[in-house]
Amino acid sequence: MHAFQLIAAGTPGAGTTFIAGGTDLLQLMKNNVIAPDQVVDLAGAHLRGITATSIELRLGALETMADVAAHPEVRRGWPAISQALLLSASPQIRNMGTMGGNLLQRTRCVYFRDTAFACNKRHPGSGCPAIAGENREHAILGASDSCIATHPSDFPVALMAMGAGVAITAAGGGTRVVPLADFYRLPGDTPEIETILQPGDVITQIVVPASEAAKRSVYMKVRDRSSFAYALASAAVAIEIRDNRILHAGIALGGVAPMPWRAAKAEQALIGATADAAAFEHAGRLATEGARAAGMNAYKIALAQRAVTRALMEAAHPTAETGVL
Amino acid sequence: MSEQTNTIGHAIDRVDGRLKVMGHAKYAAEFANTDVVHAVLVQSTIAAGTILAIDALVARSMPGVIDVITAENAEKLHKAPEIQQAISFPLLQSNEVLFNGQHIAIVVADSLQQAQEAAATVVVRYRPQDAVTSMEGRDGDQRKPSKKLNGKFEIDSATGDFSSAFEAAPVKISATYKTPVEHHNPMEPHATIAAWSGDKLKVWTATQGISGTQQTLAGFFGLAENDVTVICPFVGGGFGSKGNTWTPVTLAAMAARHVKRRVKLEITREQMFFSNGYRPQTRQALKLAADRDGKLLALRHDGVIATAMPGAGEFAEPVALISRMLYACPNISTSHRLIDINQSLPTYMRGPGEASGSFALESGMDELAVALDMDPVALRMRNLIDSDASEGKPFASKPLAECYTKAAEAFGWSRRTPAPRSMKNGRMLVGMGMATTSYPTNRMKASAEVAMLQDGTVIVRCGTQDLGTGTYTTMAQVAAAELGVSPDRVRVELGDSRLPKAPVSGGSMTTASVLPAVQEAATAVREALFDMALKAKGDQWHNLDRTALTLDNGAVVGPNSQLGITDLLAQASLPSLSRKVEATPSDEADTFSRHAFGAQFAEVHVDPDFGTVRVKRWVGAFDVGRVINAKTARSQLIGGIVFGIGMALMEETRTDRASGRFANANIADYLIPVSADIPDINTIFVETGDPITTRLGVKGIGELPTVGAAAAIANAVYHATGKRIRDLPIRLDKVMA
Ligand SMILES: Cc1cc2nc3c(=O)[nH]c(=O)nc-3n(C[C@H](O)[C@H](O)[C@H](O)COP(=O)(O)OP(=O)(O)OC[C@H]3O[C@@H](n4cnc5c(N)ncnc54)[C@H](O)[C@@H]3O)c2cc1C
Ligand code: SF4
Repeated sequence: MHAFQLIAAGTPGAGTTFIAGGTDLLQLMKNNVIAPDQVVDLAGAHLRGITATSIELRLGALETMADVAAHPEVRRGWPAISQALLLSASPQIRNMGTMGGNLLQRTRCVYFRDTAFACNKRHPGSGCPAIAGENREHAILGASDSCIATHPSDFPVALMAMGAGVAITAAGGGTRVVPLADFYRLPGDTPEIETILQPGDVITQIVVPASEAAKRSVYMKVRDRSSFAYALASAAVAIEIRDNRILHAGIALGGVAPMPWRAAKAEQALIGATADAAAFEHAGRLATEGARAAGMNAYKIALAQRAVTRALMEAAHPTAETGVL
Repeated sequence: MSEQTNTIGHAIDRVDGRLKVMGHAKYAAEFANTDVVHAVLVQSTIAAGTILAIDALVARSMPGVIDVITAENAEKLHKAPEIQQAISFPLLQSNEVLFNGQHIAIVVADSLQQAQEAAATVVVRYRPQDAVTSMEGRDGDQRKPSKKLNGKFEIDSATGDFSSAFEAAPVKISATYKTPVEHHNPMEPHATIAAWSGDKLKVWTATQGISGTQQTLAGFFGLAENDVTVICPFVGGGFGSKGNTWTPVTLAAMAARHVKRRVKLEITREQMFFSNGYRPQTRQALKLAADRDGKLLALRHDGVIATAMPGAGEFAEPVALISRMLYACPNISTSHRLIDINQSLPTYMRGPGEASGSFALESGMDELAVALDMDPVALRMRNLIDSDASEGKPFASKPLAECYTKAAEAFGWSRRTPAPRSMKNGRMLVGMGMATTSYPTNRMKASAEVAMLQDGTVIVRCGTQDLGTGTYTTMAQVAAAELGVSPDRVRVELGDSRLPKAPVSGGSMTTASVLPAVQEAATAVREALFDMALKAKGDQWHNLDRTALTLDNGAVVGPNSQLGITDLLAQASLPSLSRKVEATPSDEADTFSRHAFGAQFAEVHVDPDFGTVRVKRWVGAFDVGRVINAKTARSQLIGGIVFGIGMALMEETRTDRASGRFANANIADYLIPVSADIPDINTIFVETGDPITTRLGVKGIGELPTVGAAAAIANAVYHATGKRIRDLPIRLDKVMA
């Protein structure tokens, strides 16, 4: 049975999980992190397509990371999306991994992925060993006393800087478009709930507005090795500059928070400012306002600030240095 | 011998290359796939305590499950044989838990999936105890290793009078260096298939030492050695992790006997972090003093090393051995101390001792060069020594000065401006650093049999292993050269305990141990063929000096005529002619100190904002003795340097302090270099040969290129940034601060 038939019939319940590329889901199942009663393959569900217009970009949820990254319209109108995808994972995984799956990749918190450990996200109420443990990779923003895990994906960070939305079809049929900023949920005391998705909800499309800022967008990623590594911190920026004045700015951070982290204050501070190093450094500092380190992750505060500054510099004066790290 | 037959030194392709590329090379897990049942290990989730109960009721009732084996129903094993390769914990012989991730049960089922699913349902009740999960704060518990280092070196050493010399010296440095736990992560995970027939045991297993595996299993099960057969024709990398007979091998054999079926036990990538050793954590205090011209006056190197709790065995990483012999210095003092922690047993890992130890010594030499305002190469040149003061023996060969000169020149060291942060490439800070490497040349006795068949095919048989390093190929080359055939006429058989005995493939000694045996056996075959030819030719070759004879392309060639081997053997009604030889190191070799040497030069680029370090260029010149195969030798050098780059920049297994469990036990979170991290690597052979160790002149290559690599990078990072990182790995959080 195809996914949509299943959904229309109202079958999927709390124990049902969808599989797209399977690159994350299968790992989690093999390691007994999750044990769904039923896995529904989305493959037959006509969720492909990349359409770019002067108004927006629409990405089918099942489009692969590789195809979207290589798409000429995406590279021209929304370069940070292509960069973020190309800096993700490995070619093999990008050939399998999909847009929807990437938005929903689970955290790389090592405690979450090893069932020998307690973990509030995997097993609510069992505790969070990361808070006093190995937390070099963990969040400095948006974390709570019950969970300090980060969202590990790069692509949604770029989306967040460009004000994208997510189209969702509910089990019963109805479709709604939710701004990405409202799609994720912070851990609070329910870290097991990560998004607003309800059982049976399927992501069908990702919608990204076109803009001058999106055209000038940059994704800057900092990691422990040259390729095939998650971001320790990353920054996506989309800015529009005219006569050296900033007219519009979108800024989001990756690898530092439980969700792609929109730096609204830094964005506001840039509007109307001169596009120079001082303004970009100031924006960098504002971007991590409210940051709190758990211990080993204290370096991320400065790292994220510098990533924002460098991404803005790169957007204003391109040297093609993205991706070299 | 013609060009075609004497390929020694040439860059010839691996004789097993095609098999591997086509997927036809069979690895341990790929044998005997029918009629096999599957074992999955259950591991502890606490680091210290007692198992009160293992509830496997659900597991036992699941479809396909044959049995669950725990300490309650496991067979009692005999005592481990007294060999280093025999690992005797954890083998389900008690309810004691000594580390997190300890094997505590085996689930056996018809299919792997059934066994895995059942294993996940096993519930364990413990009485936990306080565990020691870190060396930190445990200095009060430091103890001496219970045995000599590597079985033969003193634990501590003192020549001259370090304290007064250090006190009085005009220039000195004192620093502490740290190296983390690292895991080998070979491509092929450990796997064993065990089959009993009566009281005879046969195992297919991934091992660097089939003879050690045979002895270990014979010991544990109370069998004669010959009743245990060990098969391992290919190994997908070991790096030390397959040197010992780790307990999953023995557990597979226990399970097979228990369920009376052929059992396959494959270790998962995650379990590899708990099952087969790792490079232990070290903290090394180093003191160096010199006169104003850079002549070393005093050196002190004290290593503190983490090891397992005594019940799980003992391993002492010999970090300070290299400080005893590398430089001329009248006052040297070294020591090794252990701290027992609740972790699995550490073991050898590529460049054991020297890789960690040289990070301290060679970083220290760089710090001393800075203190002296002296060029780091010049400082090392100033302290060259041609005899090993710690052993009171001359070096068998030591072209180290040539290594420095050749590598420095190829690298363009003279372009380096000494001040930190003085070199840039765009926004990147550029750093150049160097270090010395050295590793002992080891050799052990080995046997081999060589046979010449009537059709001119040569068969070489030796119970050694090929870890992927090229042993098949070099064995074929040596036999081919001696017998005047091209290497593709040689069929090499190895990896089977029924073959003539050879030592473990570790300590970079396979080439130096096995090839002499192959060479001697082949020589014996050749001489026998000459005897037969002289006899057959009768008067014609009467009184002929046998040095006038050669073997070439299937014939004994003498003055004016030749005699085909096919005919020669046929006339004697011999289907083949074979000789078996045991080759032993000479007594003379013991009167020399035998080491390989080299010089490592690295260029790094450091991002000034992010602290990311990337290696951009590498030149290494290595005294590797005589090169048998330029291709496989170069591959070893490149691989070893890559290993060192990983050690320097990213490899670290982190321990969760609360539970003592390795936290990043998977290769998404334990980082090893990817291709993009590796620059063009220029390797230079400094081929002076070692006439003492073997007739062939070889030295070991495997470990040498890893040693010194981390220090060369740390020194380059200092040059780039002015920051001295004394704590591996050198990740951006340490550099950007
Ligand atoms: C070693 C490694 C390194 C990696 N490095 C990076 C990196 O640097 N950056 C990065 O961003 N990613 C990285 N990845 C992750 C990779 O990008 C994700 O695994 C991939 O994007 C997931 O896509 P998928 O289609 O395979 O998802 P799946 O595994 O199929 O699904 C993931 C989740 O999404 C749900 N899902 C999928 N599609 C839909 C849909 N349309 N509607 C509703 N639910 C859906 C599934 O139910 C599941 O819960 C890495 C992965 C690995 C293994
Ligand atoms: S940080 Fe979150 S995911 Fe990680 S252990 Fe704590 S609760 Fe679990």
